[in-house]
Amino acid sequence: MSDSEAYRPPSDTPFFVCLGLLGGGYILIIVCMILANSTFTTPGHLLAALNAPEIRYAIRLSLISCMITTILSLWVAVPIGYLMSRYQFRGKSFVDAMIDIPIVLPPLVIGLSLLILFQTSAGKAFEKVFEDFMAGTGLARKMGMKSITYDIPSVILAQFMVACAFAVRTMRVTFDQIPVRQEHVALTLGCSQSQSFWMVVFPQARRGLLTAATLAWARSLGEFGPILVFSGATRFKTEVLPTTIFLEMSIGNIEAAVAVSLLMIMIAIVVLIVVRTFGLDSRIEGKALR
Amino acid sequence: MIKVTDLCIVQGAFELKDVSFEIPEGEHGVLMGQTGCGKTTILECICGLRPFRSGTIELSGRIVTHLKPGERGIGYVPQDGSLFATMTVKEQLSLAMLIRHWPKEKIELRVNELSDMLGIRGLLERYPHGLSGGEIQRVALGRALSSGPSILCLDEPLSALDDKTHSEICHLLDSVKQQASVTILHVTHRMVETRRLADRLLLLEGGGVTVAEFSKSRSAEDG
Repeated sequence: MSDSEAYRPPSDTPFFVCLGLLGGGYILIIVCMILANSTFTTPGHLLAALNAPEIRYAIRLSLISCMITTILSLWVAVPIGYLMSRYQFRGKSFVDAMIDIPIVLPPLVIGLSLLILFQTSAGKAFEKVFEDFMAGTGLARKMGMKSITYDIPSVILAQFMVACAFAVRTMRVTFDQIPVRQEHVALTLGCSQSQSFWMVVFPQARRGLLTAATLAWARSLGEFGPILVFSGATRFKTEVLPTTIFLEMSIGNIEAAVAVSLLMIMIAIVVLIVVRTFGLDSRIEGKALR
Repeated sequence: MIKVTDLCIVQGAFELKDVSFEIPEGEHGVLMGQTGCGKTTILECICGLRPFRSGTIELSGRIVTHLKPGERGIGYVPQDGSLFATMTVKEQLSLAMLIRHWPKEKIELRVNELSDMLGIRGLLERYPHGLSGGEIQRVALGRALSSGPSILCLDEPLSALDDKTHSEICHLLDSVKQQASVTILHVTHRMVETRRLADRLLLLEGGGVTVAEFSKSRSAEDG
């Protein structure tokens, strides 16, 4: 028997055991966290939290602001993601770095920066235009918001600044994965750049779009630092669910804080299930012809 | 006819200078050369998909140097077919005609004509996922021919096919050339394809294109 025939490769078991232990450990902590939360609170606490008018307001504001933020983020993320994926231009590295800034900056710094921005003369002028518009159209009375800072628009803006960066990153990767050659073929068939984008590229970006929307939504839902600084924590005004947890904790009402936490976990799970159910498409999922 | 005159392409360290060649009307020209020598780059310049420094490109007697890809009257078949993942075969074949606002009946007729010619009638409602290599190339060929271009640019369309499918598609390309009256520029690095299909062999070496002699095989078996 020759040396090469006698050789036996080492066992694969330690490799898979390591993978299982490391991965499994992390999953176990997540499950334990959720279980701990669930067992700490009772259905009674949860119902009481749901019935509290200030918490109902926070739930409503969270859901509405997250939805608006997600839509705004996608509007911005699709063009930026496409530009960054497909084109080379002067200053691209600078733009690339700028997009990452909201991701790497501490959330409080983003909130503080936004607050300072709206204290500059340009920021104040913009806020004045907004206030006049809201007052002039009667929207201020109807929607109950007069200005940007320390009002509902600031909640959306604070959420948007962070969520959009994640959506942009996701959309860029999505477009990177769609072969540019398909667009080339579309161009030779007579498509304009716009037709080639809408007819060939965009339909294939559906899953990426959904992922970007989920990320932006989830990120917005959990946003706290920038909102606290830029919007304040005023009940029935700028209180979103993370603010509720903070306010309830600060007055020692742990049960309500845990109940709201559990509510957020349930919302997140529902969103994940919805996305995974409706987001899967066997025609496109990882099987697009390259 | 495809006529390229003094084409000069510079991309970073890569450079092709004064590339000139001509493929007469109705001929099947095969462009061969070593990997990385710039065959696909030349083909993409002809299609209008890649900028170049200088030179003139003339297709069927029309200078197209500064025209958009869609204005050049070219059908383009890339190496992997590059079918649109979210469109059915029928939608892929119809796209060029839809954009040109052809009437619905005319599109239907053309799709049927193409699918009969290429033997893909049974695939019209299928999506690209699950099609075989040969089927993908047939659909890509049909899509390229859909609006009736006078020029067909093929970028190694047979490189990923098994021997049997390779031979079938060679037959198909021969019959397409006759039926669709197209001039073909075909990039490949396989001599068997050249001997089987080419009317003219263009060799890209040393930064220039020369017309080379070759013996054409009479049938696929010879190749």
